[in-house]
Order: sequence, then structure tokens, then C-alpha cells
Amino acid sequence: MPEPPPAEDPDVDLHLPAHRAELRSGRASLLGAVALGGALGAGARYGVTLLWPTPHGGFPWAVACVNTAGCALIGVFMVLHEELGSPHRLLRPFVGVGVLGGFTTFSTYAADTRTLLAAGRPLVALADLAAVPLLALAAVAVSARVTRACVARIRNAEGAR
Amino acid sequence: MNWLLVLVGGALGAPLRYLTDRAVQSRHESAFPWGTLTVNVLGCLGIGLLTGAVLAGAAPSELRLLLGTGLCGALTTYSTFSYETLRLAESGAALQAAANVGVSVLAGFGAVLLGDAAASAAWG
Repeated sequence: MPEPPPAEDPDVDLHLPAHRAELRSGRASLLGAVALGGALGAGARYGVTLLWPTPHGGFPWAVACVNTAGCALIGVFMVLHEELGSPHRLLRPFVGVGVLGGFTTFSTYAADTRTLLAAGRPLVALADLAAVPLLALAAVAVSARVTRACVARIRNAEGAR
Repeated sequence: MNWLLVLVGGALGAPLRYLTDRAVQSRHESAFPWGTLTVNVLGCLGIGLLTGAVLAGAAPSELRLLLGTGLCGALTTYSTFSYETLRLAESGAALQAAANVGVSVLAGFGAVLLGDAAASAAWG
């Protein structure tokens, strides 16, 4: 049996009435939740790069791991969020848009590749450019699948009782 | 102080992504995530400009933390990009999923090069 497609977008899905309405009902709290999440996510990413600095011309492991971890976490989060049925209206904006969106970054990933190229490391640059999307997509696909399987098992166990 | 710069940048970048994504998504009906592609390319252009400006000595390096790590870092996203790609793939739009990855990576990298070149031309 094919798995149902994920119904909801982490940032905003204007096909969903709840997402369309969320900016009208409480604009300040919504943008505040996104901003707070974004600050926390960006701060956490900055902390990781301080603890795990990339040597000149080296593969940017810290940002690659931040992005892969963020993609794994969004897979878990979005599946659980859909399972919740009627979650708090600021939960997805705070965690999905803010924390995980702010934690992961596309700009630093692309800029690191450019820096590697300028440092005369074209192979490392190419490896970064190609490996991060593959790692990120594998992470989100596996995490969403495993989370759905866990949710289904729990549902079945509850149904059997 | 460094932390504050990153936090302020992050607090600005994430809502800017949400609002830009919303504005772009309200202008088309397709399932393709144009909104996330837009913020990612814009953020890459921004970080390219910034890197070029700092290297040319036209901008203080603290701006990198505020505008680079914070603002552009939070304006762009890998988590939403990957989840939207998964959504496309699982809904049967494998070609669109692959196109999203290819276009995002190439356009993002191209935008960094473009921003860097523009900054070098302006201040180099």
C-alpha cells in the first residue's frame, strides 16, 4: 500500500484554511513565535560552528551536520504535528518555521562551497555541494518514515487493547 | 555581543522567510515550492554580497554575524526545502522533486557567485 503524501508544509501551505487564516488571527503572536524560534535556531547553529570550527579549505562538517540534523528533526516533527490533530496554532510556526528553519541554512551551505572554490579546493567544494542535499533528503525521508511507522505501531497497539 | 548579533539576525530572518514564502505562494497555484526557492536564492545573493563587501573592506566583519550567520542564515532553510522535496516525491511528482533540488542548489550557488561578483565590482 502506498504511503499517504505528507499533507502539511512546514513553513506555510496556503491550500490549508488554518494556514491561510493564521496571519489574520494574532499577527503579532505568530510573527513573534517565528522570530523567537528563528533566534534560538540561529543561535544553536552559531554555537555548533564555534564548538566545531572548519579549518581553512576543510569540509564544512558543522554546517553539513546542522543541516542534516535539522532535516531529520523536521521529518519527526511534521509527522507528529499532523498526528496531533488540533495542535496549538503557534507550535508549527515556532518549531517548524522558527527553530528548525533558523537552525538549518541554505545560504551558509552555498557560501561555504564558494569559499572552498576560492581556496583552491574544487573537489571538496563539489563534495559539499553534492553531499549535503543527499544527506538532507535521506535524513528527512528516513525520519518521516520511521516516525510514521512508530505512530502506526502505537495506534495498532492501542486498537488491540 | 557576537551572540546578540546572531540572535537579532535570526529573529529578523525567520519571520522574513515566513512572510516572503506566504507572498510568493499566494501568487501561484502549483505544488512547486517557489516560496522557499525564492528565500533561499535571495539569502544566497545576500550572503554573496556580504562576503564580497567584507573581503573588499567595505563592511566590518561583525556584519557577517548579524547579516550572514543570523539574517541570511535564518532567511534561508534546509529543513523546509528538504521536507517540501519529500512531499513532492511522495505525492508522485518525482520530476518536480528532482527539479526542486537541482534548481535550488544551482541557483543558490549561482546567487552567491553573483552577489560576490557584484560586491567586488562595486567596492573591489
